[in-house]
Amino acid sequence: MNKLKRLFKEKKNNILSIYFTAGYPVLDSALKILPALEKAGVDFVEAGMPFSDPMADGPVIQQSSEKALKNGMNLDIYFSQLEYLKDKINIPVVAMGYVNQMMRYGEERFLQRCKDAGISALILPDLPLKIYLNDYKILFEKYGLTNIFLITPQTSEERIREIDNASDTFIYMVSSSSTTGTKEKISAEQKSYFERIKNLNLRNPTVIGFGISNHETFSNACNYAAGAIIGSAFVKTVSEDSSEESIINFVRKIKEGE
Amino acid sequence: MDFKVNKEGFYGEFGGAFIPELLYPNVKELEDNYMEIINSGDFQKEYKQLLKDYVGRPTPLYFAKRLSEKYGTNIFLKREDLNHTGAHKVNNTVGQIILAKKLGKKRIIAETGAGQHGVATATVCALMDMQCVVYMGEVDIKRQAPNVARMKMLGAEVRPAKSGSKTLKDATNEAIRDWINNPEDTYYLIGSVVGPHPYPDLVARLQAIISEEMKWQLKEKTGSEIPDKIIACVGGGSNAAGAFYHFLDNEKVELIAVEAAGKGVDSGQTAATTTIGSPGIIHGSRTLLMQDEYGQITEPYSISAGLDYPGIGPLHAHLFKTHRGTFLSATDKEALDAAKELTELEGIIPALESAHALAALPKIKVKPDNVIVVNLSGRGDKDLDTYMKVFGY
Ligand SMILES: Cc1ncc(COP(=O)(O)O)c(C=O)c1O
Repeated sequence: MNKLKRLFKEKKNNILSIYFTAGYPVLDSALKILPALEKAGVDFVEAGMPFSDPMADGPVIQQSSEKALKNGMNLDIYFSQLEYLKDKINIPVVAMGYVNQMMRYGEERFLQRCKDAGISALILPDLPLKIYLNDYKILFEKYGLTNIFLITPQTSEERIREIDNASDTFIYMVSSSSTTGTKEKISAEQKSYFERIKNLNLRNPTVIGFGISNHETFSNACNYAAGAIIGSAFVKTVSEDSSEESIINFVRKIKEGE
Repeated sequence: MDFKVNKEGFYGEFGGAFIPELLYPNVKELEDNYMEIINSGDFQKEYKQLLKDYVGRPTPLYFAKRLSEKYGTNIFLKREDLNHTGAHKVNNTVGQIILAKKLGKKRIIAETGAGQHGVATATVCALMDMQCVVYMGEVDIKRQAPNVARMKMLGAEVRPAKSGSKTLKDATNEAIRDWINNPEDTYYLIGSVVGPHPYPDLVARLQAIISEEMKWQLKEKTGSEIPDKIIACVGGGSNAAGAFYHFLDNEKVELIAVEAAGKGVDSGQTAATTTIGSPGIIHGSRTLLMQDEYGQITEPYSISAGLDYPGIGPLHAHLFKTHRGTFLSATDKEALDAAKELTELEGIIPALESAHALAALPKIKVKPDNVIVVNLSGRGDKDLDTYMKVFGY
């Protein structure tokens, strides 16, 4: 069974996931960041494939992507870094990027390399549900991969049910109507949205992302979902200090508070 | 061959709506309502009235006598430059602002390159008393200063796009992000036949007034409503879509689209998408775009800010792929020469974008009895800075 699916079978709450942009702050940062995240006790990671036009991302991830591309990051290097790490780490890896990257690389070639690199799932925010079901689902399955779909406060219940049916690992619950970024607090409005989704009793667990940045927002999110994903706050941290110590410290503070 | 969009939002293999789930409700609301609204009597009445009394339509179809003599054929100019605000862009903004109002939206966002679409949006927002935010690349803010001032005077907030190439593509990314952050009260008033379905179809329908008028004007002036060739420049492709629209199914009419070659199609500094591009996704649409082997969208270049875009609308990708359209390109230099030529022969200073369409004239085969329409998409006021620098006035 795919590592990520196993994780969600075994662990039902307080799942912590961290997003980082591959190639940032320096080209081979992933080689240090990934093992450090595993050592810090993170449950799974999202390895961002930097893209020139990341339309769902806020300023922090945009800037890290621009820098990563300037550093020379590309999909070949991305996959070889993950291939190199494959036997050295156990933590499930999700690849996050945009659909044009997969299309241009060649879908089957892309998926084959994901498989060889030990990637468990993909998050391609601009791959529409309908096109996935019609054109890609069978192909993804052939390579043992699964696509993770997003839902937002505006997603209708009917559509959430469709997404639930099309998913088999977890549903990525975007915490508010916004691009990626950091927020200090979770509002009452967000809580009632989290509550509403919890009460739908979906087949798949949900993980909350976008705007989760510290111990308070993380533990709050965990009251309503199986876990949460931290992106921009982590990218900011590694932009200042990407040492193992800094990463372990960051994760500890998320889990335990200051 | 069918050149209209299908139910799924595709023109052949191009188009669709490749958008993050965050935008799904916004786009779905538009998709579910746009046809009914724009076909309603209410909408049509207000749209046509504003085009007539406010925009100044119909725009003339002008027989350019001296230009015709020069090229040994019959050249008509469709004078979109005479529209209020100076370009074809306002045909679209007048239509979309009425649509936004009918959808109950309070706040308008837009992207702009040359600033023409930004000005046209700010104008209709002033007219309809709507809040207006225009995203514009930092580079374009510098090279199109008069339009920035116009937008501000019209009450719009101009927000600089500082990422990537800091031009139209990045302004579009910023507008999309704004829309993600404001999904309920905000309407994204897109400026060309680009973006996710239904925008390419919506904008084409609103620009179709250009070819609708052309038909009866040609009939009056030449006895036939059918020209031999129509020439238009293509940035995203809205003026071209409007000029081609009512002739798409008539294969006797050659449709000539002119892209910006910048410093030359092989120079690495170009915006000639069909020459150096390949299929992919940009701004939510599957189309032809300029990208590297890893799908990173590359930075276009053209002297003309309105053509400085690394993609083309999906309709045009389809016209290119099916050979229904003839795709040419013109360099900065060729466009500048064409602008000068039109000014000297006809007393009309064209926009740099439109000058690219004119630059196709020496490149095409013509017969003495041909009827050729050049869509003069805009006037050159906004480009005086460039003309002054280049020609040393
Ligand atoms: C005068 C003029 N023509 C053409 C264009 C290019 O846009 P499109 O290809 O959508 O007509 C612009 C864009 O700003 C413009 O200002």
